[in-house]
Amino acid sequence: MMRFALLLALALQAMGGTALAVNREVALAEKPAKLLSEYDLFAELTQQVPATGVVPYDLITPLFTDYAVKMRFVSVPEGQPATYQGEGLPDFPVGTILVKTFAYPDVSGTLPNDLRLIETRLLIHQVEGWVALPYVWNDDQTDAVLKRAGKSLSVTATLGDGSVQDIRYVVPNVNQCKGCHVSNGAMTPIGPKARNLNHDFDYPAGRENQLAHWASVGALSALPGDPVDLPRIADWLDEDSASIEQRARAYLDVNCAHCHIEGGPGKTSGLFLSWEETDTAQLGINKRPIAAGRGSGGLDFDIVPGDPETSILHYRMNSVDPGVMMPETGRTLIHTEGLELIRSWIASLED
Amino acid sequence: MHGMKLLGMMGLAALVWSADAQAAILELNLTSDEASAQEIIQEALIDASPGDTIILPAGTYALTDGLSLDVDGVTVRGQGPDTTILSFKEQASGGEGLLVTSDRIVLEGFAIEDVKGDAIKANGSDEITFRDIRVEWTNGPAATNGAYGLYPVSSTHVLIENCVAIGASDAGIYVGQSQHIVVRNSRAEYNVAGIEIENSYFADVYGNVATHNTGGILIFDLPGLPQQGGHSVRVFNNQSVNNDTPNFAPEGNIVGGVPMGTGIMVMANRDVELFGNEIADNATTGVLIVAYPYEAEDEAYQPFPAGIHVHDNVFGRNGFGPDNEIGDMIAEVGGTPVADIVWDGRLPWWETFFGAAANKGIYVENNSAIEGEEADFINLDVTFWYAARWFHGVDRNVPDHAGAPATLQPVTLSQLSE
Repeated sequence: MMRFALLLALALQAMGGTALAVNREVALAEKPAKLLSEYDLFAELTQQVPATGVVPYDLITPLFTDYAVKMRFVSVPEGQPATYQGEGLPDFPVGTILVKTFAYPDVSGTLPNDLRLIETRLLIHQVEGWVALPYVWNDDQTDAVLKRAGKSLSVTATLGDGSVQDIRYVVPNVNQCKGCHVSNGAMTPIGPKARNLNHDFDYPAGRENQLAHWASVGALSALPGDPVDLPRIADWLDEDSASIEQRARAYLDVNCAHCHIEGGPGKTSGLFLSWEETDTAQLGINKRPIAAGRGSGGLDFDIVPGDPETSILHYRMNSVDPGVMMPETGRTLIHTEGLELIRSWIASLED
Repeated sequence: MHGMKLLGMMGLAALVWSADAQAAILELNLTSDEASAQEIIQEALIDASPGDTIILPAGTYALTDGLSLDVDGVTVRGQGPDTTILSFKEQASGGEGLLVTSDRIVLEGFAIEDVKGDAIKANGSDEITFRDIRVEWTNGPAATNGAYGLYPVSSTHVLIENCVAIGASDAGIYVGQSQHIVVRNSRAEYNVAGIEIENSYFADVYGNVATHNTGGILIFDLPGLPQQGGHSVRVFNNQSVNNDTPNFAPEGNIVGGVPMGTGIMVMANRDVELFGNEIADNATTGVLIVAYPYEAEDEAYQPFPAGIHVHDNVFGRNGFGPDNEIGDMIAEVGGTPVADIVWDGRLPWWETFFGAAANKGIYVENNSAIEGEEADFINLDVTFWYAARWFHGVDRNVPDHAGAPATLQPVTLSQLSE
């Protein structure tokens, strides 16, 4: 990631601020573009150097996707900033494009980048609502092609401990996109909640708080004050910044709560894992499963305080069997570090 | 009126023609060197327009990921439940075989086999029809089978007819947190629960055969869910016979507690009518009526069955071998053979002393047994069995609860009037 940021900074300097406008017309067209390049989101596509008006960002606590490296960008129409409306999602105007590119470190040594780009997902706020479009990168890494039906790819992933493993990477089809992104019947972004943006990012011009930066470049309005005083989700990895409870809850919010929330596809389970949830039973503590089937693993409760090994939550995170694993989509590997966090949190709970 | 289109694989890219707003019939060719059945079916499901019918050809096709449908008004039609078979034996990802999240959907004439999770799930769908569908785990009962066969949840206007569900490790046909439901003329066998209606309102379950399951037909309500307080369920003219498969549900699931050989079980619902059913050769009992057995932190939850009407059923030989700890308890309290109809006798504490509230009781009448006798009944009075044994008394007389059961109306669905 550091290497990427550096690359980005150098490239931006090299570009000398070339004015390249995003093609909002393509973004708002009913028929989606076949190629990623048609949107003009990047000054340099393969290097993922954003065009003018496209702002890179990251999240304090990100979703786990088989250890993929992710590069995120936002672009709002000129003169139409998103509106801060509390710790949740800003109100993004029609025409907003959220961009997320998934990549792995290149182990072949044959690519122009250090990274092999796998797919770029766009979330576009059209007049009728948000639309999700997955673009899969070609072998030459020159462009990415729309694959509404998704794709299964053989990919070499670099895991958290630095080891490499060949995996079957699943690019989601548009229905699977909806599987996570639908809330109360409507498509919605998940990641860029204000509380999850509220930290510093290394911009080419220097380090700055993301909310402050978005405000300064006209991507965000109505910030009620200094971001230091605004809500911020815990960094799941940073032991010094927050308690284990807060870090675990941040992890569950980002990785589970898009489904496991009132109005989400997983609501039928009665298990609600959002950052805001306060009801311990709905959070899974001493809660019996409803329709888990063999996902229960022969265990009685979602979370048994003090006993991760008999907690269904831990069991399902620790599986790659499609009939057992949670989340159901987005991973084929076990997130060892995330599992360890949840294990420690459950172990720390007192009955 | 239908534009007939034959879809060769490469023709899929030409799906733009359905923009003529005419309902199209899309015949898929699933034997192509260019793309897998997975890609062809999924692409057709994504690119379909409302009104389209997607035709699946005869044959057995191997799928590797879950399929999903999110376009309203689509029919997916195979050549018959034994002719068009989608096999998920090699499934590598996806929580279900087919997930439906749109409205006015008809699924008919195909089979889904050996899914790793649930076979067909419809989440939040209005007007969903399953017709002539077979869902099966072909290796027979096993805890490693998927949980549910046909699985509409949070849905409305659900029709399941002429379907077959075999081998689910939870319920073959499971309708959860839904409203306005008809399950008819279907067959459930070798599942833990044959047919289960859970946390649902307004359901008619009739003309079905539930056999060789652990429990035949279950009407349950569970706490802590967005929709609870299940009520207004009619179960009639079904056969629940020979439910003799040992419980193979993974532990932790509520059906894991169902004793082998339970004909029909009602837990914590209100206004349930069981009539005209043939209930025979179930080792634990014919009809079991119980309260939710665990502590529930949910204060809005009503754990006691209320307004349960059991009448005009025909009972064969039941109760000859009560199973598991529930069966043991029944046998210990009431002896064997177990009565045809068993009620645990639990009531809200006030009613424990003063009798069930008007119209909230258990009403049992005119049920016949072998050789023309009246079917037998037992009230286990388990509250006092556990709490104060010296007050405990088994009652074999049908309770004389105040009031009368509700008169339940037939469920109407627009799919039924077609």
